[in-house]
Amino acid sequence: MQPLNRFQMAWRAAQDIQEGMLVNLGLGIPILASDYVPDGRDVFIQSENGIIGCGPLAADNAADTDLVDAGSRRITLRSGASIVHSADSFAMIRGGHIDVTILGCFEVAETGDMANWDMQVPNKGPLVGGAMDLASCARSVWVIMEYNTRKGEPRLLEKCLLPLTAVRCVNRIYTDVAVVDVTPQGFMVTDIVDGLSRESLQARSGAKLNFAADCRVLAAPPITAPD
Amino acid sequence: MAIDKRVSSAAAAMEGVQDGAIVMMSGFGGAGFANVLIKALCAHAVKDLTLVVNSATHPYSFTHRLFENRQVRKVICTAARGRGRDLSVFEQQWSDGLVELECVPQGTFSERIRAGGAGIPAFYTPVGFGTELTRGKEVRVFQGREHVLEEAIIADLALIRADRSDRYGNLAFRYAQPNFGPAMATASKLTVAEVRAFDEQPMVHTDVQLPGTYVDRIVTVGE
Repeated sequence: MQPLNRFQMAWRAAQDIQEGMLVNLGLGIPILASDYVPDGRDVFIQSENGIIGCGPLAADNAADTDLVDAGSRRITLRSGASIVHSADSFAMIRGGHIDVTILGCFEVAETGDMANWDMQVPNKGPLVGGAMDLASCARSVWVIMEYNTRKGEPRLLEKCLLPLTAVRCVNRIYTDVAVVDVTPQGFMVTDIVDGLSRESLQARSGAKLNFAADCRVLAAPPITAPD
Repeated sequence: MAIDKRVSSAAAAMEGVQDGAIVMMSGFGGAGFANVLIKALCAHAVKDLTLVVNSATHPYSFTHRLFENRQVRKVICTAARGRGRDLSVFEQQWSDGLVELECVPQGTFSERIRAGGAGIPAFYTPVGFGTELTRGKEVRVFQGREHVLEEAIIADLALIRADRSDRYGNLAFRYAQPNFGPAMATASKLTVAEVRAFDEQPMVHTDVQLPGTYVDRIVTVGE
């Protein structure tokens, strides 16, 4: 079995981004997906600080502290980009104008409940940012995360253990060993990595898995670093 | 007398700001922090402030100085976590019970401010329903979905940063510099803007991103 690495997980999610979509990418692995949108699909990336049409990272000599994305990274604009202030940016998010948001995550419940903002680290202050707005209001919510925690605990659960970001919101989960849709019937595996049995995947899960009739092999090209 | 909103210094811009003030401060990810004005607020030495700011601990802002000076009683923010392994000065004071914290989803944060400036005392939003950030808040179902009632925020003072101003207080911003500033300017009894450059001629209306009617005092600070 060859689990996907973080770049390959981002690549796999990016294959599902369609022409013309307005997409918001969370910090961490999701933001990598912008590098792997298939050629020929014209996509606008929204950043919650008000940028509609984020371009690639700025070269060091062109970096501008006023042109940053939600991760404080110095970026460029793509052609056709525009910028609004934060209240308008979140009106765009809350108003359902974002086609898909891809977010990092800790846990997903079979109902679609999601926990991605509070790991309950003692004494460290909370950081929610725009996570709840995006998870609650984007038309589609996809998450990227390792299938299990570093300790091997399941992240796909009947009920989240960590504080919730939003209820009944997640549509699809991209992981290192499987892609799983959240359906009215619960978890539905659509892709599973070669060499991992359905029984083994179930054993690594905290809730019942269903398998799609056309369940595919989860595979990605070899990628070990961003472009 | 012709309108001219310029004041002589950042210190002069703090005139009338009192203990217990609710202070909004713009800024996100390094863009739009009014750091000259924040330093002037530190020097003005008012206390028991309530800060309305996206991040309580952003390394590019001078917010931390207000905590070091023990000027802050409460923070309303969306991000309260320092980046370092050690606790930030805000986190330490919060852990010690010296500063009250209200953590808010960022869209609710910005809409509460916009509502404050738009004469809307409260609104319903689906964001945060079922989470600990909205525990105890009124819930109502609209179109089959649960929403929570959120109240507007109105401030005594807003400190914002823009690129250019004219004497009417009209503002233009660079790139992602606006962030929370335009909404904060509408929701505050006194709005002070620091700007990189002052235009001697009135700005062309198509360049104005925030009407000067929302801006009370202008301080030109350069780069």
